[in-house]
Amino acid sequence: MITVLSFYLFAVLTILSGAMVIMARNPVHSVLWLIMSFFNAAGLMVLLGAEFIAMLLVIVYVGAVAVLFLFVVMMLNIDFSELRAGFIKNFPLGLLLAAVLLAEVLIGLGAVGQGGIALGTPDGSAAVPADMSNIKAIGHLLYGKYLFLFEAAGILLLVAMVGAIVLTHRKRGGVRGQIVSRQNARRPDEATVNMKPEVGKGVQL
Amino acid sequence: MTEFFQQWLPYEWSWLIATVAGILLIALPLMLSVAMIIYVDRKVWAAMALRRGPNVVGPWGLLQSFADGLKVFLQETIVPAGASKGLFLLAPILTFTVALMAWAVIPFNGRAILADINVGLLYVLAISSLGVYGTIIAGWSSNSKYPFFSAMRASAQMISYEVSIGFILICVVMYAGTFQMNGIVLDQREHILGLFNGYGFNPLLFPMAVMFLISGMAETQRAPFDLTEAESELVAGYQTEYSSMSFALYWLGEYANVLLMCALNATLFWGGWLPPLEWAPLYWIPGWIWLFGKIFAFFFIFSWVKATVPRYRYDQLMRLGWKVFLPVSLLFVCVVSGWLMWRQGA
Repeated sequence: MITVLSFYLFAVLTILSGAMVIMARNPVHSVLWLIMSFFNAAGLMVLLGAEFIAMLLVIVYVGAVAVLFLFVVMMLNIDFSELRAGFIKNFPLGLLLAAVLLAEVLIGLGAVGQGGIALGTPDGSAAVPADMSNIKAIGHLLYGKYLFLFEAAGILLLVAMVGAIVLTHRKRGGVRGQIVSRQNARRPDEATVNMKPEVGKGVQL
Repeated sequence: MTEFFQQWLPYEWSWLIATVAGILLIALPLMLSVAMIIYVDRKVWAAMALRRGPNVVGPWGLLQSFADGLKVFLQETIVPAGASKGLFLLAPILTFTVALMAWAVIPFNGRAILADINVGLLYVLAISSLGVYGTIIAGWSSNSKYPFFSAMRASAQMISYEVSIGFILICVVMYAGTFQMNGIVLDQREHILGLFNGYGFNPLLFPMAVMFLISGMAETQRAPFDLTEAESELVAGYQTEYSSMSFALYWLGEYANVLLMCALNATLFWGGWLPPLEWAPLYWIPGWIWLFGKIFAFFFIFSWVKATVPRYRYDQLMRLGWKVFLPVSLLFVCVVSGWLMWRQGA
């Protein structure tokens, strides 16, 4: 009963906020609706018993990725009328994408009807023990059977990160940076002088 | 608690009542302690500045926070003309709600915990990463320069320090072998020499405890990292346009967050509801009193720092987060995992 109610609550809110992402007039509102739909998707994951994935969804997507989206959208000066202008021109493309997505969903549903994919490997060597918690099961698969793929993904991310830094990093001339060690080493007697000027004389620095 | 109500009611209703009762049992005392801790905070600053602090309302000024609360409650909420109204009012509610949500997984003793979930620590991380939205939305929807600057500072600051907090928590999780909050507390029992309860007594984890305390100050935007409210530069930061209850919700949320950070410090590094020493008579004192005592001790440190340390510059803040805490915590993840592998011979 509670599960069913919360499933419908999360599902309806996910779809509604997903619709609001494209309906909202203001792009900042769109991003906020997107965050709402991420959050409700995390709720659905919890209902499926995948609490680890749910928490990661909130930490990574809501906590980091969406903040970046929000940042960019707030900074950009977006002209709404210009965005609307391409609607008719891009309509066929949008329709095509929607058709592809619908076909994929239908194919997926048909495939599930034939029986879902068993977790682990075909020979059953990496099957997940039933009494294991979510995190441990993922850990066993990720760091056991799929260690090589995991490391390959890590190297891929590292290369992407190095690439992003190389692309955006540039040396600017004439910048006076702060040398923190020198700032910390500075003592009051090097930085200040105590003077007693006579009246009307002033101070020579 | 669900079983207790099931004597009279079907499962669904007893679950609902038990959950709501549990939430109220945590949230109401929390609100009361927030009001009292604001008073404590002001008294501590006053003592360090050789002043008297609040001493007029009630005996020793004890009722000062309630008088302030009543005052803001009776004031008018002003929404600026250019503001995005819905979001402007949503932002303080969001901050306040998020500040309360994380308390669901804090264990008050072996059994008193609202949601004893497998991923307790991850839940805390997830909820604390939501906290930034209250600030960003406030800054944007106010449609004013200073709140917007403040919102950008706040989000940069919180994201930076969450990275090192994540690594620090990984060290704790590796020692405990679980994400469950009660599991982490119980694993700290007899941690050092069978006598001291708490990871903080472990020389390998003590630096992590100190770094977590400092990162916690940055994460909750407390002094010396309160750049979002730097009154010399930004008026009052993201709260500039807020008045009456919407302002008070920020205030309460901020202090609830500070208390949460103190509770996390106590739970993750100093044994939570366990007494600090493994000695039977100390267990006669109930667990929640130990936890409250530890929270109070950490809150005193927060207040002490606020009263004595000048505010950081923005570049110093970023340097500390990215160039000092991040490499050091990453190094400690390697050192701790190496030590554990060597000890366990894995």
